[in-house]
Amino acid sequence: MSSLLIHSPILIIAIPLLAAFLTPFISRVSDRARDALVIATLVFVEFLVIILAVDIYRDGPHIYALGASSPLLAMPEHYMVPVRIVLQVDAMSIFMGMISATVSLAAAIYSVSFMRNETGKDKFYTLLLLLTVGMMGLEFTGDMFNLFIFLEILSISGAALAAFRTNFADALEGGFKYMCISAVAALMILFAVGIFYAQYNLLNIAALGQAIQYTMLDKIALTLLMMAFFMKLAGVPLHMWAPDTYSVAPAGITPMIYVASQACMYALFRVCFSLYGVTLNTLTIGWIVIVIGVLSMFVGVTMAVRQSDIKRLMAYHAVSQSGYMLLGVGVGLAVLGNPQALAAYGKQAMEGGIFHIINNAMYKGLLFLTAEALFYSLGTRDLNKMGGIAANMRYTSIFFMIGALAISGIPPFNGFASKLLIYESVYQFNPMLSVIAMMISIITLASFVKVFQSAFTGPILPHFRVVKEVPGPMLGGMGILTAIIIFFSLFPGLIVDQLIHPAVEALISRGAYINAIMGGMQ
Amino acid sequence: MTQGIFNIPFLAVAALIGIGLYIIVFDRNLIKLVIGITVLQAGVNLFLVSLGYRQHGGVPIYTNACHSNMVLPVPQALTLTSIVIGVAITAFMLSMIMIIYRHTGHIDAKKSRKLKG
Repeated sequence: MSSLLIHSPILIIAIPLLAAFLTPFISRVSDRARDALVIATLVFVEFLVIILAVDIYRDGPHIYALGASSPLLAMPEHYMVPVRIVLQVDAMSIFMGMISATVSLAAAIYSVSFMRNETGKDKFYTLLLLLTVGMMGLEFTGDMFNLFIFLEILSISGAALAAFRTNFADALEGGFKYMCISAVAALMILFAVGIFYAQYNLLNIAALGQAIQYTMLDKIALTLLMMAFFMKLAGVPLHMWAPDTYSVAPAGITPMIYVASQACMYALFRVCFSLYGVTLNTLTIGWIVIVIGVLSMFVGVTMAVRQSDIKRLMAYHAVSQSGYMLLGVGVGLAVLGNPQALAAYGKQAMEGGIFHIINNAMYKGLLFLTAEALFYSLGTRDLNKMGGIAANMRYTSIFFMIGALAISGIPPFNGFASKLLIYESVYQFNPMLSVIAMMISIITLASFVKVFQSAFTGPILPHFRVVKEVPGPMLGGMGILTAIIIFFSLFPGLIVDQLIHPAVEALISRGAYINAIMGGMQ
Repeated sequence: MTQGIFNIPFLAVAALIGIGLYIIVFDRNLIKLVIGITVLQAGVNLFLVSLGYRQHGGVPIYTNACHSNMVLPVPQALTLTSIVIGVAITAFMLSMIMIIYRHTGHIDAKKSRKLKG
């Protein structure tokens, strides 16, 4: 058990990677065996993530040096710097890991019946597992170059999945845009890695964090990294790919690509807090993050209101919700150099932002799944052609209602808990930002009232009279996410204390992150 | 004088990245867009290799170690990885363009566009 625990950081990445290339072979034997293998793999990953999380929350971060005689030995003897590839998992990484593992599992279960009539499923599940590998690796890595590698794995598999239904021309377009953006973003990151290596001869994030001087070159690298991550997480001036890609991807995949963007947001926070930390001009960089957050919130929601394609509408809401997270964490970053303000409201703002990441992954994932359930049953994504299907699709409409209330921040749902944290703390930083955030929440509600009213209520349209509820596994995938949302809604205090607070502390305490690797040579 | 010569690779890096970005931003032909990304990759790879170069450096193999400087091996390893990934991306994007062309009959970004708003 304990050796499983020690090796779990690499197993979480390696097992889905092996299973990914096993699926095409198993597919030859039987489809059912392949589905079972995929689900079993993801359940096992989820299990590993949870035991690792329990241990990290109790005993502090884990490191795993690949190729060392003992995986806990980050620094080889007689060396001053870590030369091996190191995985470093602290409370923040494992927090993101839990989100990715859960959403991947729900997506796979949902896909089992959703993809039943498609061809090429062997490749589909290979890509799905690779996307999981990419997210997990991005969240666990302690090495700048590996960050680039895992970002590429995530991008290629994500783009291929978005374009998976090649019989639709628009699917190709969405996938192609995602790939273009990702390729350029990844090259920017590689260039920044080159800049770091040229100056410090280091690739390890913790070692770089110790050595970093914030020279002119470091500023250029920071600009490149931030631009790359904003491209990947769809922050507003660079969000153009998001609605296209989210709306054309097959159902289970949309939430996964969305969580993959949030993994990139994690990478942005990791670079800002752990790599640069207080060496950078936190107020300016914090404000840049805040401004992009507010722009995303505003532009996302205003574009969402005028959509009539249900998935596109939700995709714009996804852009808008990312803005809340950037706002919350941006405020924390802006006051990072000021201990009083950080204790007074900075930490709370970051808790709100990070709580919003997990809340949003759950209810946004649920909403994407319900939207695609409608498409599956009705054959259209156009809201103007839907009407009165609540009677025939009872469970789907309940799931949709829960998701819609949660995203609009209506008490008692979990969206309210995280948004309230953000409103309260951001108000102390700058009242105007808080007012804008609240207003956007109201527009979000208006938009979802429109969807509910035009799709679910009213008399049923004659040609939808034969429509049936979606099959069991699809309901199961949605059910998992709904159960988590209800749990979070009932115990927000518990979640914030047990999960979110340690994650925020891990992000803020840069010294601890560096010491976990460099500790031996003090 | 010798310093000046060693800056030439970096000028080439700047030129390649500039050309790549220009094509990506301004060209509407999808195939050319992929070419732009490839040129950008070439620029970044050249940057990695040339920052690892040391003047009069030898090959970094320890069995027949020469006593002069050695060039840095790590950037070369990074570049090799990056080249492999680059090939995968290029092949993948070109195959996507092929299917886009089959659906729409165009490889012009304006004309093959379906998604708006």
